[in-house]
Amino acid sequence: MPTSVNAVETNRVLGPGQTPASIDDTVNTPVLAGLDRTPLWWWIGFAISAALLGLYLVSVVRLVTVGTGIFGNNMPVAWAMPIINFVWWIGIGHAGTLISAALLLFRQPWRTSINRFAEAMTIFAVVCAGLYPILHLGRPWVFYWLLPYPNTFGLFPQFRSPLAWDLFAISAYATVSLVFWYIGLIPDLATLRDSARNRFQKLLYGVLSLGWTGSARGWTRYMRAYLILAALSFPLVLSVHSTIALDFAVSVVPGWNNTIMPPYFVAGAVFAGFAMVLILAIPLRRAFHLRSVITMRHLDNAAKLLLGTGMIVVYGYAIELFMAWYSGVEFEVYMAYNRVFGADHWWAFWLLIACNFVAIQPLWFRRVRQSPLALFVIGVIVSIGMWLERFVIIVVSLTKDFLLSSWFNYVPTFWDWALFIGSFGLFGTLFFAFLRLLPLVATSEMKEMAHHDAQHGSDHFEHIRGEYYGEGGRA
Amino acid sequence: MNEQAHDEARTAPGDPLVQGERLDLAAIRTRLEQARGDGFWRSLDEIADTHEFQEFMRKEFPRQAAPLESSLDRRAFLKLLGASMALAGLSACARPPAPHQQIVPYVRQPEQIVPGRPQFYATAVVTGGYAEGVLAESHQGRPTRVEGNPDHPASLGAAAPTTSATVLSLYDPDRSQAVLERGNGRSWDQLISALRSALEDSSDGSGVALLTETVTSPTLALQLRRLLSAYPALRWHQWDALHADAVVAASRLAFGEDVAPVYDFAAADIVFSLDADFTNRGPGRLRYARDFARRRRVRSADDDMNRLWQVESTPSPTGSVADHRLALAPADVAALAAWVAGELGVAGAPAATLPERVAPTWAQALVDDLREHAGRSLVLAGLDQDPAVHALAHAINDALGNVGATVRYIASPEAQPAVHAQSLAELAEAMHAGAIGTLIVIGANPVYSAPAALRFDAALEHVALSAHLGHGFDETAALATWHAPLAHVLETWGDARAFDGSVTITQPLFAPFYGGRSELELLAGLLGDAQTDPYEIVRAAWEARVEGDFGAFWQRSLFRGVVDGSAAPERSVSLQALDVELPARADLVLHLVPDPSLGDGRHANNGWLQELPRPFTKLTWDNAAIMAPTTAEALGVSKEDRLALTTADGSVTLPVWVQPGQAPGVISAWLGHGRRRAGRVGNGVGVDLAPVRPRAGAVTRVTAAGRERGRHRLATTQPHHNLDGTGERRHIVRAGTLAELRAEPDHPSFVHPFVHHESDIFPPWPYTSYKWGMVIDMTVCTGCNACVTACQSENNIPIVGKQQVLVGREMHWIRVDAYHRGGIDDPDFYHMPMACQHCEQAPCEPVCPVAATVHDHEGLNVMVYNRCVGTRYCANNCPYKVRRFNYLQYAELSTDATELSLANNPDVTVRSRGVMEKCTYCTQRITTARIQAGNEGRRIVDGEVVPACESACPTEAIVFGDLNDEQSRVSEAKRSVLDYALLEELNTQPRTTYLARVGNPHPAVPENGRS
Repeated sequence: MPTSVNAVETNRVLGPGQTPASIDDTVNTPVLAGLDRTPLWWWIGFAISAALLGLYLVSVVRLVTVGTGIFGNNMPVAWAMPIINFVWWIGIGHAGTLISAALLLFRQPWRTSINRFAEAMTIFAVVCAGLYPILHLGRPWVFYWLLPYPNTFGLFPQFRSPLAWDLFAISAYATVSLVFWYIGLIPDLATLRDSARNRFQKLLYGVLSLGWTGSARGWTRYMRAYLILAALSFPLVLSVHSTIALDFAVSVVPGWNNTIMPPYFVAGAVFAGFAMVLILAIPLRRAFHLRSVITMRHLDNAAKLLLGTGMIVVYGYAIELFMAWYSGVEFEVYMAYNRVFGADHWWAFWLLIACNFVAIQPLWFRRVRQSPLALFVIGVIVSIGMWLERFVIIVVSLTKDFLLSSWFNYVPTFWDWALFIGSFGLFGTLFFAFLRLLPLVATSEMKEMAHHDAQHGSDHFEHIRGEYYGEGGRA
Repeated sequence: MNEQAHDEARTAPGDPLVQGERLDLAAIRTRLEQARGDGFWRSLDEIADTHEFQEFMRKEFPRQAAPLESSLDRRAFLKLLGASMALAGLSACARPPAPHQQIVPYVRQPEQIVPGRPQFYATAVVTGGYAEGVLAESHQGRPTRVEGNPDHPASLGAAAPTTSATVLSLYDPDRSQAVLERGNGRSWDQLISALRSALEDSSDGSGVALLTETVTSPTLALQLRRLLSAYPALRWHQWDALHADAVVAASRLAFGEDVAPVYDFAAADIVFSLDADFTNRGPGRLRYARDFARRRRVRSADDDMNRLWQVESTPSPTGSVADHRLALAPADVAALAAWVAGELGVAGAPAATLPERVAPTWAQALVDDLREHAGRSLVLAGLDQDPAVHALAHAINDALGNVGATVRYIASPEAQPAVHAQSLAELAEAMHAGAIGTLIVIGANPVYSAPAALRFDAALEHVALSAHLGHGFDETAALATWHAPLAHVLETWGDARAFDGSVTITQPLFAPFYGGRSELELLAGLLGDAQTDPYEIVRAAWEARVEGDFGAFWQRSLFRGVVDGSAAPERSVSLQALDVELPARADLVLHLVPDPSLGDGRHANNGWLQELPRPFTKLTWDNAAIMAPTTAEALGVSKEDRLALTTADGSVTLPVWVQPGQAPGVISAWLGHGRRRAGRVGNGVGVDLAPVRPRAGAVTRVTAAGRERGRHRLATTQPHHNLDGTGERRHIVRAGTLAELRAEPDHPSFVHPFVHHESDIFPPWPYTSYKWGMVIDMTVCTGCNACVTACQSENNIPIVGKQQVLVGREMHWIRVDAYHRGGIDDPDFYHMPMACQHCEQAPCEPVCPVAATVHDHEGLNVMVYNRCVGTRYCANNCPYKVRRFNYLQYAELSTDATELSLANNPDVTVRSRGVMEKCTYCTQRITTARIQAGNEGRRIVDGEVVPACESACPTEAIVFGDLNDEQSRVSEAKRSVLDYALLEELNTQPRTTYLARVGNPHPAVPENGRS
């Protein structure tokens, strides 16, 4: 393994001197390695994730057998942690598709090395998210009544409800993301098949690669299909979270009923998604020696996006409060007051401001953007902040709405936390399995880029640029 | 058992039992034969629980058995199905069969009994000894619901919460079910012979004491008089923990004889209430509430209103609708009464200065008001007040010429009026002295309810033979040597008088469910009568009294629920020279009040009443030391702190509740808590106040009060009450005065503080048949909770328990929102009954993804339980927060004892966990009326559909009807200028609207009482 090359931090999209062979070595070797060569950290991570998954399953069994009442929900707070967690996870699931589809369409080459695991992250986050709306139902076993299927009741879903839109938005997003991810994987799976070391790998990758031969005709069709799918999934990035925002915006609840919700939720989702990308990418590039594949350039760009979307989100907070005041509606005014100064939950709002506004300000500085540790910490803080944002919007708004008689506080229970923490187990288990079984970087695209560099002298361009700006120069 | 008839009944077509091949009919028949007597149909239910039957069910109805596999769902379903089997047993219960008599199922359907169509029987529920007439609903012999009897003078159709909840007590599986001697099973005859031999041993009854509660029953009184004449030395004592001792004492004090005042609120323009919660406590409460409210009903500026001046120590439903309310300590109430009496020139009124809290202008205006309305005013004193205050009230009424106009006196309806506190103390003393060898307790529970200072439990140890006849195996039963179950009023024959002396002959709806016996049977046994059947006893007693056609009399009395012409005639009284002493002032007093739901604790095992949010505090499942904010500050305590209170008699530790509007220096606490042997629901709920209960009266001086370690969480259903600030700007409660209304008769600005235009991009939906709507009059709503319990009973609403109330999951479909506004010492109180508003533009409907909540063609917002998947979006989007969600299998909590499920209304679905529910406007009643009207080829007429809440309401604050009918009461109410829609600015266009609260303060004191 050319560790000497890979250990060097660089601001290039691809480290210098990368060849198709070196990329294969870097990415595919750990995947094809035998069980005995599986690193210890993987076993530890997988075990912890599996344990948390166990907690998740126990919570689900308890939920189904005892009822929604194991959570802290009440009247008026009929939606609480399961919905917060749902929106939080689905927000995380946004970065993947944005990176793969939107940046592909905008021809941003730096997406290439991070798109694979970001897409995986998206799918697993959507899995975590998608289970919550089902689990939080009073009668989860009849969730399929939300689907438009021919039935003897003679009933169809009620399409005026945003929850019906939700179902389609999420399932469409999950389907397209999965297909997009899988199509992207096919050439890489074929590479793995070709260098498979045992029968299991041969069978697994052989079946999954769908007989990919790498012919020129194959590639032509493939590239077109990939681009079409990208074009299809790009609007989804905007639509999914817009639809989820409509769950709230369509209602009459003060604090929910805002027209700004859809764009502001989308920005929040991208914000949360990039935070999670950073949380995952920084340990991964270290564990898999990917410093020259996932370079500082990627981290820097992600940090800039984090800052940009973060500021949109902060603008959203400001507009919400301003509109509440400007509307002159007593319920809205009080909602804003309660959110910011209310005796019960003021801390949530100010913590949210601390996490989502104050904590991202250092990203204006290049030194911070160039520090993986700082980015990791900020990513974690932003993830917490985004969870709090949903808490403030969903729970705090519900605790005190129209009639004083119905104001009531919300306190989460052990099972609320168990199902939340357990969902990390679900995510982690899937993600660790992905790390072990599939290439976490799109090697075919990387090779294309390496080839391009070698043939068309991108090295030369980068060299000149480096001289002009210095090696640490603007990417 | 009659095999032939049995087989015929079983093999009726459509019977699910015969269709399954696998069901072992022979085995079931064997089981049926083993089941006899009054346990009969419970046994049938047990049969339904056998493995074979469940297998059969699973095969036959796989969808019902499959979805949950939760034991309750299957069992609930089996129970429903079992009901068809059970009909045979039920029919037998409809007539009173003695055990081991042959019982016969329906072979031919009896006349008048149509399955699915209930029957109503007029009878009475006895509260504190006094009858309140009811109509009991019976489904094939199973009582499910009790409503007021419109023909009864004490009810006029209204029903108190305890009355509505009595069906739950009826089936309470914790009721006593067997005759016991020191825990060993005995027969009724053995009890009677033990008591008979004790009586005969004493020859003249010496050493034998009888302890009853308040007796108004003419038949029981007759028996008691016979017993006393047969055994002249027998002592008859009475103990009713909430008896109006002060009324009896004051009657003797003022008139030198036992008379009872009867008030005519319909004739009173001005009412001055000295701590009297007359709409809510005392024998005539429902009637008084109705008469009082009718004089307050305002629809337009042309209407007139009475005026209520109320002084009281703790907020009461009556006080909350007063035009002038002042929180005063009991001693100050007495001082004010004396001052007013002095001002009005009452001879012999003790000299008194005006209490500090009463402003001179206020008091002067009151006196002027009373003087101006002499003969049309009414002064009355509260049950917890000193007899001196009652005597002063009598004297003031006399001086104002109100006697004969707004108040009349009748011979006391009680068989033997007595000061119960004194009667019990004498008994306890005799017992301690060893003078009582035999004690027979009927109904009362003195070991729990007597003041601890009497040491009744210790006294009982000196009694060789003590027998207790009671509904439950309670604290007294546990210490008595004998115990026998007492029959519920819906289970046996009897009679009782109402507040005005009217008699109701109470008729049973079925045979005693748990083998209870009537007190008439006990007395007949003691007398050695051959006839011990309560039916025959009551009939014989009335046959002796009635002249003419007895059959017609009997029929008519039972049918109407009141004996014609039995109201007591007015009695002329002469006021004696007033010689009263005012109670002494104290810095801190403890005022013991009956729990608004549980009374003296006899209803403690009734979950509906335990979970009923008490007026003002909205507290459930606890009692507390209720005190004014200033008192709490002085004591250095805050809400939910534990406070130890010591009086001359003992001490108790109570959690603190801070209540605006409470008189400073007065701590109020509810009796009826801390039961030790109430049953599974009521045991250990709250704190028993017996240690501090004074030997007489309800007020006692607190000698020491100190905070204890720790806190006690109180479960309240409404934490926020104060309308000042944001609440004021929300225009939830709209209130003004009659003068303001008259100033702007066409568009009073207090009703419409802003202009709202209803708008919709769609044309309004045409309602061609009916268009249901409701109006709630906030002027007369006293927040008494009658509607809440009536709804709970009618709609099978489960209770959830204290823990679930603490997390905000109570299930009441209608709640009474309590608000207050103004200073913390004397705020104005408002009550707002809040159920589903059935919005025309219902925000809940468009957000449901499965169309489980939809609008129907008559304008109702209906909830389809079977379709609901439980997203709860509807609840979030309901601005009125009237939707209730089954977070857990709550129905199980009230039906884990199969017996309790019998109280369920068969016309209303029992909801499973995971579904949303809410007020339906009693859609089952609408449907019943629609079918009836359809059969008769006519429209439903106004007043034919009465939802449970409206039917129970003592003040007629709730009006329901068809908005398409211009003449209907609800249409008329909606035309009032006071009509407003809550949160109308959201354009929900609710069908339930409110009439703004109107007060009628005296012009001289406008600042107070802007009610």
